[in-house]
Amino acid sequence: MSSQAGDSPAVLVEGLHKSFGAVQALRGVDLAVARGSVLGLLGPNGSGKTTTVRILTTLLSADSGRVEIEGVDVSRYPGAVRRMIGLAGQQVAVDETLTGRENIALAARLYHLSAQSGRQRCAELLEQLDLVEAADRPTKTYSGGMRRRLDLGASLVARPRVLFLDEPTTGLDPKGRNDVLDIIRSLVAQGMTLFLTTQYLEEADQLADEIAVIDHGQVIASGTPDQLKDLIGGDVLEFRVLDGARLGDGARAVASLGSAAPITDALKATVTVPVGASGPSTLIEAVRRLDSAGVGVVDLALHRPSLDNVFLSLTGHVAEDEEAATAGLGARGGPGGGGGAGRRGGGGGAGRRGGGGGAGRRGGGGGAGRRGLTEMASTVTTAEGG
Amino acid sequence: MTAVIVTPDAIGPEDLAPESRARRLRFTFTDSAALMRRNITHIYRVPALIIFTAVQPVMFTLLFRYVFGGAIHTNVGAYVDYLIPGIVVQTACFASVTTAIGLSTELSAGVIDRFRSMPIARSAVLLGRLGSDSLRILATVIILMAVGYGVGFRITTGVGDTIAMIALSVGFGISICCVSAWIGLSLKDPESVQSFAFIWIFPITFASGVFVPVASMPGWLQDFARNNPVTLLAEAARNLTIGSPAGDSLWLSVVWIVGIAAVFGILAVRAYRKAV
Repeated sequence: MSSQAGDSPAVLVEGLHKSFGAVQALRGVDLAVARGSVLGLLGPNGSGKTTTVRILTTLLSADSGRVEIEGVDVSRYPGAVRRMIGLAGQQVAVDETLTGRENIALAARLYHLSAQSGRQRCAELLEQLDLVEAADRPTKTYSGGMRRRLDLGASLVARPRVLFLDEPTTGLDPKGRNDVLDIIRSLVAQGMTLFLTTQYLEEADQLADEIAVIDHGQVIASGTPDQLKDLIGGDVLEFRVLDGARLGDGARAVASLGSAAPITDALKATVTVPVGASGPSTLIEAVRRLDSAGVGVVDLALHRPSLDNVFLSLTGHVAEDEEAATAGLGARGGPGGGGGAGRRGGGGGAGRRGGGGGAGRRGGGGGAGRRGLTEMASTVTTAEGG
Repeated sequence: MTAVIVTPDAIGPEDLAPESRARRLRFTFTDSAALMRRNITHIYRVPALIIFTAVQPVMFTLLFRYVFGGAIHTNVGAYVDYLIPGIVVQTACFASVTTAIGLSTELSAGVIDRFRSMPIARSAVLLGRLGSDSLRILATVIILMAVGYGVGFRITTGVGDTIAMIALSVGFGISICCVSAWIGLSLKDPESVQSFAFIWIFPITFASGVFVPVASMPGWLQDFARNNPVTLLAEAARNLTIGSPAGDSLWLSVVWIVGIAAVFGILAVRAYRKAV
């Protein structure tokens, strides 16, 4: 690929709106991805991630707003855009009856590569994706991680200028997830411009140069991972309560130490308090107070905020709404809930294979939510007495 | 084109220009061929697909030949000679159900999304599907004619007429596949597609002259049955195999096939472009 001069970003999104009937899926999304960088679009199920990706990849037209890929307007030149992008959607779109090699070869033919360069690219990709041994087996014998990798391969066939990955690790086991992340890392190292959606904070933290947090169809925060962590201001004090029933007592004991109200996570039995730049004395004071309150704790630490902490502080106050929106999606479509998962006919397919995918369609928050943001956000309650 | 911000060294006007007509036509052909080949690989690796398509019409054949046939009187001599050409036409209709199921399954599995994000011809997914479906229908028709021979059906016309009858049946099957494709891409959910794609085929194939002469039906139904394309196709198929009178059925059959394929082909391509 020729060297890129121009100042225009690889992906530019301005004022994107999209409604499905009465449900506003996107309410003015603005994004920019610099060439050769990675944007992580982070948000819970139904926040509008998939709708955004579908508009950017020409699958859906926006109600209003501007989208340019490499300076080319998506709504005016969808054909040109399709020649520049690769998409690996939320569901694995490999053909189960065909072998891995045949799947890549089909993609090569459909991207109009010549027979020879198609074969060459196919061999290259199978090597890069570590699928050489399995290349001539039907993909129905593949593990979830292998299918994902193959799916990724099909989107890479034509050496896209911009690669879109919609929740690339959803529904994978830890091994499969790590394998896929390794591949993505190597693509990033090669300078690929990457637009990545995810529900997993640590994934965005590891991979993305810039993170945009989307909720209810709007970008509520964006910046580098460090900038986002600075939003909390200073350090956080975090500990896990031994007896889950005493979570509230633990939170109350340290409440006055914090610069903001403590946040409790019932699922993990943890309490998190932003404490500013107060230093180690806070730690000692916390131990003293927890001890006098008789609350047994483990993993007590003072550390830089994680993206988890950031996300909870950004969306914690709407946690209840979030749960309702996701759960009610099938029946009435909650606020901003019409976004990705709920709309897609595909929930069933992905769910059957991976236990993830379009959770919204299957009664809300099912598989994917269990380990994702929705659940975490929805179990957060702000402790009283802060 | 002037209003577009173009990255100087990377993307030129040639990248934005639509493909030339000749290239588009070539890609439509090669894309469709690639997808057709993939679909044929499916049939080839999962032969049960063909068997299941053929089992049902074979059951119908045996049922009507041996159970109901004795009570049905037609004006063409032996009932088996009346039955088999009609059942071939019915089989071609039923075989189209797979088109709807195949497309809606691909739609819900994200495969159609992948295709739509690629620079491939808008009609290629459909044309590739129709191409492989026509081969599948041809195979089913041939199986059925062999079964027909086994139960006593004898062709009295020539080879040319027989080939014309097969071509007409497959052609009709393809036009019904277009309807089926439109249903599959519009209803989306594979479960509802599965039931609906069958439901509408029942009345058109049974309220027709496939199994019984139209004259034996009540008056109000005769009007429907007489103008039903399935009746016309069955009459044409009989004419081409056992030499019964054709009337206007031959050219009317062709008109119906072309008309249905054109209307529902366009609707199906539209549904594909809008598929969510």
